[in-house]
Amino acid sequence: MAGGGNGEVKLLGMWASPFVLRVRLALSLKGVSYEYVEEDLKSKSELLLKSNPVHAKVPVLIHNGEPVCESSVILQYIDEAFAGIGPSLLPADPHDRAVARFWAAYIDDKVFLFVHNLQLLKASSQASSGKTEEEKAEGAKQAAAAVETLEGALKECSKGKPFFGGDSAGYVDLMLGGLLPWVHVGDAMKGVKTFDPATTPLLAAWADSFGALDAVEPVMPEVGKLVEFAMAMMSHAAAAAATATN
Amino acid sequence: MAGGDDLKLLGTWASPFAIRVKLALAVKGLSYEYAEEDLASKSELLLTSNPVHKKIPVLIHNGMPVCESNVIVEYIDEAFAGPSILSDDPYERATARFWAAYVDDKLLASWATILFRGKTEEEKSEGKKALLAALDTLEGALAKCSDGKGFFGGDSVGLVDMVLGSQLSWLKATEVITGEEFFDGEKTPLLSAWMARFSELDAAKAALPDVDSVVEFAKMRQARMAAAAATTPNS
Repeated sequence: MAGGGNGEVKLLGMWASPFVLRVRLALSLKGVSYEYVEEDLKSKSELLLKSNPVHAKVPVLIHNGEPVCESSVILQYIDEAFAGIGPSLLPADPHDRAVARFWAAYIDDKVFLFVHNLQLLKASSQASSGKTEEEKAEGAKQAAAAVETLEGALKECSKGKPFFGGDSAGYVDLMLGGLLPWVHVGDAMKGVKTFDPATTPLLAAWADSFGALDAVEPVMPEVGKLVEFAMAMMSHAAAAAATATN
Repeated sequence: MAGGDDLKLLGTWASPFAIRVKLALAVKGLSYEYAEEDLASKSELLLTSNPVHKKIPVLIHNGMPVCESNVIVEYIDEAFAGPSILSDDPYERATARFWAAYVDDKLLASWATILFRGKTEEEKSEGKKALLAALDTLEGALAKCSDGKGFFGGDSVGLVDMVLGSQLSWLKATEVITGEEFFDGEKTPLLSAWMARFSELDAAKAALPDVDSVVEFAKMRQARMAAAAATTPNS
């Protein structure tokens, strides 16, 4: 589909990034067509460096030549700049909007709990893939508490409907939904179920409903490929750590 | 103020997060009841209004709580008439939100490291470098956002002005405590002018604590942290 009335929309991203995925899902949900540019984060393009000079990170949305950075900022921008197209991502009522923004901020605060080995994905130089048993146990406890809180959030926001946004997926669904493939990666690698139907029935149902949406299903990366990617990153980090200590 | 609006703000006098909400309420000309919280002994109202984080600030509007300082500022902008805190233009709004996040992530973190989080001299030194780098970046941001006008928000105070402005007392306190100058009129002329201009605003004079009080507060907290570290056995 040509850009037409939306102007020129370009997204700089990386296929495995959950933050980029949030933006792809938002554009898909709104029905906004765009040009996707896959970045090699080890060799960043001139365009990326010029468009996001402060952080040099993806995602970056470039709309009519103007860059927008930070996934939560981009999602709100998409909602506002393409207000006439597709569903609204944020509700109309100011208090409902504040609640949605609150939960989006909460999810972003807890991303490290949901995205397996986030520090490796972010290629943090001081990252260590090895965690002590104590650290793992503490992490698992925090993750369980966060999931329980989100179950309550979903109950409050959905008011009996399938999504945080109610009948249709919205801002909070996208902020959490972008993390879903990585949640499944963590589940696969640890042999657990983060959104357990027994303890968090609403979230378990939500994960299925969200994943099955026409706008979502074709955009999601394959969990198998992400697992391969995660394992490659972990062995790379382990090798680097081994060389560093020698 | 409109008869039907009951506004209560739960905060602490030194918190930049609470201060920016006060700034937003002042810009909109809203009257409200302020309750100073004792974080060592949180009120029932705070615990029930913000059960997830149990943190200030919390704005309670007609009995409905709103939490997270920047969420509260945007709520105030959307729920009440008066001067706009965020532009109508989606791109300008995105730019403001980006810089507001930057100020909290990079600037606040740097002075917090210098004063509290940095355990070693090296860590504190890194904090100082980070602070200078952040101010340098914000000088450029101000040039772009203000477009020759007085504030990040243009002619009037906006979100970024409030987020950065809410930290002014702490930034000055950091200079006093370290004995170092971070604001350089030559290196960051626009920011220096902005600081003077912002500090003169009635809203700023009302919301910002005096630097001496913040210095005293910071030193007490540093002493408490040092005492706790001394008595805690090595883990």
